[in-house]
Amino acid sequence: MNPSPPVSQLSTEPLTGNPRFSVRGLEFFYGDFHALTGITIDVRENSVTAFIGPSGCGKSTFLRCLNRMNDLIPGTRLEGTITLDGADIYGSGVDPVDLRRRVGMIFQQPNPFPMSIYDNVAFGPRLHGVTKRAELDEIVEKALVRANVWKEVKDIMGRGGLTLSGGQQQRLCIARVLAVQPDVLLMDEPCSAIDPTSVQKVEDLMAELKNSVTIIIVTHNMQQAARVSDETAFFLQEKQGEAAELIEFGRTAEIFTSPRDRRTEDYITGRFG
Amino acid sequence: MAEPLETKRAPEAGAARTLKMMSRATYIQEALLKNLFLTCAIAAVAGVALIFFFVGFRGWPVIEDPGLAAFLFGSEWSSTLGKFGIGPLVTGTLVVTIGALVFGAPLAIGTAIFLSEIATPTVRGIVRPAVELLAGVPSVVFGFFGLVIVRPFVAELTGSMGFGPLTASLILAVMIVPTIATLTEDALRSVPPGIREASYAMGATTWQTIYKVLVPAAKIGIFDAIILGMGRAIGETMAVVMVAGNAPQFFEGLGAPIATITSQIVIDMSYASGTHRTALFGLAIILFIISMGLVAIVRALSRLNAKRS
Repeated sequence: MNPSPPVSQLSTEPLTGNPRFSVRGLEFFYGDFHALTGITIDVRENSVTAFIGPSGCGKSTFLRCLNRMNDLIPGTRLEGTITLDGADIYGSGVDPVDLRRRVGMIFQQPNPFPMSIYDNVAFGPRLHGVTKRAELDEIVEKALVRANVWKEVKDIMGRGGLTLSGGQQQRLCIARVLAVQPDVLLMDEPCSAIDPTSVQKVEDLMAELKNSVTIIIVTHNMQQAARVSDETAFFLQEKQGEAAELIEFGRTAEIFTSPRDRRTEDYITGRFG
Repeated sequence: MAEPLETKRAPEAGAARTLKMMSRATYIQEALLKNLFLTCAIAAVAGVALIFFFVGFRGWPVIEDPGLAAFLFGSEWSSTLGKFGIGPLVTGTLVVTIGALVFGAPLAIGTAIFLSEIATPTVRGIVRPAVELLAGVPSVVFGFFGLVIVRPFVAELTGSMGFGPLTASLILAVMIVPTIATLTEDALRSVPPGIREASYAMGATTWQTIYKVLVPAAKIGIFDAIILGMGRAIGETMAVVMVAGNAPQFFEGLGAPIATITSQIVIDMSYASGTHRTALFGLAIILFIISMGLVAIVRALSRLNAKRS
């Protein structure tokens, strides 16, 4: 693996891109449990944003608010607004299914479907009406190339997705999402269950993808956050049973070298978590 | 966490502790229990073996009288004429079983999908026990229900008395629902949750997730469920006797009386003697072979399943 660049050499110039996601005053509840409070953040286009914080601090919960995956859990409730390119994603009449096509998601455990590699990648395009074989072939190849896994699978496209190694499965899942050309890619600890070589490949592809896709990554690995992200958000649940908050958000270099908040500094330097 | 490590050790760390010998009582108890359970297992296997050999022994003579070919390929079953061809009975069983699957399998699989993917926990808590209860209803009650509720309806539809394959199939369809539904639900629930999540995250609707991802992922389990439901339909006797009309003839229409292997055995057994009795045991052998075939298919499928995952 490449040694991570010294944090001091990272740019601290403010980002100039337009906000893709704008979150204002978000409160989130699982039934009676208040999980997140007062989250206000802008995620800019063409950037990688890292969410860091100790286990159970609500990073993943927040990530799942952004593509409405929490809708699938009964008893969840949300207040505040989240807009994607200016449109309220929880607005009345918004179809969560269409939102999820625009906001793709990668999970911690690689989860390819029990079907062939080809069918895995073609799943999304077929769902949205692409039927011509030639067109599908092209989409599938392009997605696999972008996901940095094409060379490894191009000769075994008919084989089951589950026969691949964990790291290859994860990149297959990334290809599956890229095949529907999402605007945003949410990655929920995508590298914590895969081998180091694949981690390297995933980080490489993130660097290339961010020119066309906005990436948000939840990670427990602070070196990874420093390596891949432009901006970093630090979440913390101060006491067990209390709602988690966004403590600090800014350029990754600043968060890692001169955090404004004492708690951020404690976390970065490994004093808790 | 703050407690010192020492407290976790035995109080007299350092003092040598001798290992206790197993007491004689423990040894005898263990040996007795082991043999008790072994006996139980042997009894179960012996039961199957005894039935198999007894039925085989009594049914074996069909080879000579009425003769293997006349028995297997004969097209007439009539004790008065002394003809014992199983053709009409095998086709009767086949027709009724296929009918039961045509009506019952979609109903059961639909129920399973509802229970596993759509129902809220509360609704599931009501529907699932209700479906399981269906499995506990005695078959004579199903037969009675068929006789007084379903038969008149079929009679109207077919312009006959209503005794025949359609009524029998409908009753069997309801009877196999619990078997197929609960096993299919298990199969759907054992699909890894990550796969379901991935499908929704890809922008698939609930319906697309069900038929493009979950059902294909669970297909071996579902096929298994159907086979076991089929076994239940083939073996069911009482309910069929009450509504099938019990005439050992080939399929002549949805409302025309037929008989199945099991229904013919139960009707003839009380008075049969000689060749007739032997032929009934021969029928039992045929049933045995069919059931074993189905069990073999199920076992082969689960092996395939284990190999894939």
